[in-house]
Amino acid sequence: MNQDINNRIGVFLCTGCSIGDRLDIDSLREICSREEQVVLSEVHPFLCHADCCKEISDVIAAHTLDKLVIGACSPRVKRKELFFESIHTERVNLREQVVWCHSSGDEDTQMLAEDYMRMGIARAKTTGIPDPEIKPDLTTDILVVGGGITGMSAAIESAKAGYRVFLVEREETLGGKAALLYKQIPAQPPYDQLAEPIVHQMISETESEQGIEIFRSTTIQSISGQPGEFDILLSEKGRMKQIKAASIIMATGWKPYDATRLKEYAYGKNPNVITSHELEDMVDGSTILRPSDKKPVRRVLFIQCAGSRDRNHLPYCSTYCCGTSLKQAKYFRDMNPDSQVFIIYRDIRAYGTIEYFYKEVQKDQHIFMTKGVVSGVAIAGDELAVEVKESLIDDIFCVNVDLVVLATGMVPNDAEDLNLTYRLGKGLPGLKYDFPDSHFICFPYETRRTGIYAAGNLRTPGFIPMCMEDAAGAAMKAIQCAELTRQGKSVHPRSGDRSYPELFMQRCTDCKRCTEECPFGSYDETEKGTPLPNPNRCRRCGICVGSCPERIINFQDFSIHAISSMIKTIEVPDEFEEKPRVLAFVCENDAYPAFDMAGIQRLEYSAFLRIIPVRCIGSVNPVWISDALSKGFDGILLIGCKPGENYQCHYIHGSELVETRGENIRETLKTMMLEPERIRTEFLEINEYYRIPDIVNGFLEEIETMGPNPFKGL
Amino acid sequence: MRDRYDILVIGGGISGITATLEAAETGFSVLLVEKEAYLGGKVAGMNQYFPKLCPPYCGLEINFRRIRENTNIDLQTSTIVRTVEGSEGDFQVTLETLPTHVNENCTCCGECVLVCPVERSDPFNLGLSQTKAIYLSHDLAFPSRFTIDPVVCLKEECGKCVDACTYQAIDLTEKSNQITVHTSAIVVATGWKLYDAAKLTDLKFGVYPDVITSMMLERMAAPNGAFHGKVVRPSNGETPANIAFVQCAGSRDENHLPYCSGICCSASMKQALFLAEKYPEATIRIFYIDLRVMGRNEDFLNTVENHPGIELIKGKIAGIKQSENGEHLILEAENIMSGKKETTQADLVVLALGIQPNPVELKEVIFDESGFISPANLIPGFYAAGCCRNPMDVSMSVKDATGTALKAIQSVVKTKVVR
Repeated sequence: MNQDINNRIGVFLCTGCSIGDRLDIDSLREICSREEQVVLSEVHPFLCHADCCKEISDVIAAHTLDKLVIGACSPRVKRKELFFESIHTERVNLREQVVWCHSSGDEDTQMLAEDYMRMGIARAKTTGIPDPEIKPDLTTDILVVGGGITGMSAAIESAKAGYRVFLVEREETLGGKAALLYKQIPAQPPYDQLAEPIVHQMISETESEQGIEIFRSTTIQSISGQPGEFDILLSEKGRMKQIKAASIIMATGWKPYDATRLKEYAYGKNPNVITSHELEDMVDGSTILRPSDKKPVRRVLFIQCAGSRDRNHLPYCSTYCCGTSLKQAKYFRDMNPDSQVFIIYRDIRAYGTIEYFYKEVQKDQHIFMTKGVVSGVAIAGDELAVEVKESLIDDIFCVNVDLVVLATGMVPNDAEDLNLTYRLGKGLPGLKYDFPDSHFICFPYETRRTGIYAAGNLRTPGFIPMCMEDAAGAAMKAIQCAELTRQGKSVHPRSGDRSYPELFMQRCTDCKRCTEECPFGSYDETEKGTPLPNPNRCRRCGICVGSCPERIINFQDFSIHAISSMIKTIEVPDEFEEKPRVLAFVCENDAYPAFDMAGIQRLEYSAFLRIIPVRCIGSVNPVWISDALSKGFDGILLIGCKPGENYQCHYIHGSELVETRGENIRETLKTMMLEPERIRTEFLEINEYYRIPDIVNGFLEEIETMGPNPFKGL
Repeated sequence: MRDRYDILVIGGGISGITATLEAAETGFSVLLVEKEAYLGGKVAGMNQYFPKLCPPYCGLEINFRRIRENTNIDLQTSTIVRTVEGSEGDFQVTLETLPTHVNENCTCCGECVLVCPVERSDPFNLGLSQTKAIYLSHDLAFPSRFTIDPVVCLKEECGKCVDACTYQAIDLTEKSNQITVHTSAIVVATGWKLYDAAKLTDLKFGVYPDVITSMMLERMAAPNGAFHGKVVRPSNGETPANIAFVQCAGSRDENHLPYCSGICCSASMKQALFLAEKYPEATIRIFYIDLRVMGRNEDFLNTVENHPGIELIKGKIAGIKQSENGEHLILEAENIMSGKKETTQADLVVLALGIQPNPVELKEVIFDESGFISPANLIPGFYAAGCCRNPMDVSMSVKDATGTALKAIQSVVKTKVVR
């Protein structure tokens, strides 16, 4: 299918949407028909119309065409219309990226269109519809790690959808932290009554659900393999057990922040300073007693944000502490009508329906809440003296209480408990504050280890209802991964992609750049140190294609040869014509749509630019840059999504890699005696299409100052 | 279009799109119904998401691509759901298409706009700018097709667009159509609207043009917005020098919305950062009661707190008046820390309004006392996702929709076995 010979290519040009008015279509058609392996080259006025598509189908059959090259609008539109079953179709963008943004009837615009058609034909010759690789004996069973609220929810939701679940819990009992709860915050009216904890009912449901197999007192020894066939070695009460799963939900939860670090609050110095976690454990429905002398607590003070929202401790807000303290305040008040509660807060974060609960709690005159900062907790006889400053009442005030409760935050458990045998590490990579989360707002379940989804408070701090919803979401993605993998397809963002990386191992030098640079840990190593691809972990970004100095990695529809062929077929005018040429590798995710939108807005920019769409600018192999320079291109642009702390790159660090690889590329340029400024990387957000004329024209001005590439015409 | 789908999703905003995609990519057939001519709902109109300050088009483009590639998904835009009969496993749904007068032949060539004689206020830009009667909803309109506003269009009296169109894409006689489909499960993802600011009579929205809503500011800030990314005072078109955000406008208030919408603090901070960068000379103040920034977005709050161009003031704005010369607005604030009432000047006031769910006229869709759809109250086979269920930000909406897709799938699986 990737052969350069024996293709039967049909070229169809559309003259609609001004394409016919602004180009010499007959000349274009003629040029296409002269290309090798092009069997026919036709022109139509309205290619996307149903009647025309029917005509094309007839032509395909009559001439036994196996590939089409369609010169018309952007491949991002009219996809359903210009789709022909089993026929590989190359779309050449003559509208948004040629006639809508360049001068009509102009020689340079015509040359641009001719090059794009030749590039499309070259690409059609060297690529094809991928044959997926589907391993036999793939499973669709789901592994859930962690038997707390999140893990149980994920298991139940998966089982209800018809999937078999293995639920692994390191303790003997299920329930996690939620098992400690005396009561829960009410999520529906009446908001003046605390709710029964949901955990017990959930444990019953999990234990009675047919599709869930529970492993108690079990830890994970190792996980190897790939989506569809993860090999999991469990240690169940010391005995080894092997299971297989298609995908994994990691719901191992959290632990409370270590209060011994909060020296200013006398924790550890006095037994009557406890954490909200320890308080919850103490409460059982009877009167709450002071730890020191077992006398009933009459006055209690809650310190909110204890060690949270603090750069020296946890810089973030754990979301659940305000609501929890309000609930625990009610514990004291419900059990002892004479008790008094103080809550010192920075902000009361009562989201959504918790606001209603907050309102109810506020009605109680014995619960006194103020914004303020606790400047010290001192021991005053058998009481604790709490000093509060910067409050709503006064500059500084002091209150004596029996018990101080520190509302401490959540710290995620260790993601390395997965014990992945991946070369890139044992766990899910942590992001901000060590939570193994997605960095994408629109794709919160984006994972850097394909098929492994974090959920619940391991992923982000929050309340029980949030954890249950999150578990359902993670379960959905785990199931989806199982189903797509079963068909040899990729998951998000290139959902449904059936291509996969193929390595020509005879020329592999074991440099392992592919292994190190793959953002998803797709490559492991054999014992001999040779890269070992795991296609089901692959997200088809192509970064490995860009990383290989020997150029041995290719996808059936995105290969070294295909792009090199496209570059080689471009006609670069010699140095005397004063028509420079700039090649732009443009990321298909954000930059390519931005170029389309520039066209829709009819923004004009230089027609000396030639665009090659790529899966990620991290997939650009340096050989293409050498090819382009040898061909006589005067400049090269790499346009993609921004890297850095707030990265937009859909493949995590693809665009960042361009910068690191830049060193090698600059070396290449030096050996060729070319200015390093001839190559530039630009980061373009999808809605920044208005920047395109400046970027392109500005770069061309600089290139013209540098003068033509001395390799031109050689 | 098929006769039968596994799942029907009502509402094509970010929640509806997500529920559709997650189920379809898992192998289930989905019909996505949207009342506007375009997908994307409210997020298509936003400038940036917090806390990353990234453009909504980025995620939407990926989702639109996934929809394009997926043969399990059918779209019905400019369509509403009229009635639902039946039960889980076999709902019979009657849809009604709203005539847009532009069909699938449209190639977006734009020739029609050049000849159309009618201009109308653009609801996408919340009335801040105009379009012709035939228009493209916005830059990344998906489906990629023009639409006609049937209220202002002169129809056959004019017909200039029909003459200009080479693709027979315009039919000015198009009428409403009824379609019936069967489905096993239904996901309601009908989204939200801002609380009606006109009801906050003390804040004078609709009286003073320089009192605007948070979404109006978003439509000015967006590069594809009313003024190509420029924020102006509606009264005189000038750059504002003194901008005030009023948090909890109509929220946490028994007389208006009793609950906290949870996202308005972050949204205002996002907008304040945008303004501070674009207009470094401007005074920018946020008047709040409590600063509710969720979870790990604390550093987002820190960035705002430490920003020299932005001031955070704990004080509720009780009323807005106009200065004597009519050039400025005067805000009456209760400064909670000092306990005093203060007045202060501003020339642009942004109301950070709470959100309410959009109304849905289906007997099966029950709203609880807070005004939102409570999934627990819905009949088997009916689900709700996103802001129609609870105020939530984009990330939470997507999570919610993903989980809801699974619940819908459970209905499909359960009833398949039975049948």
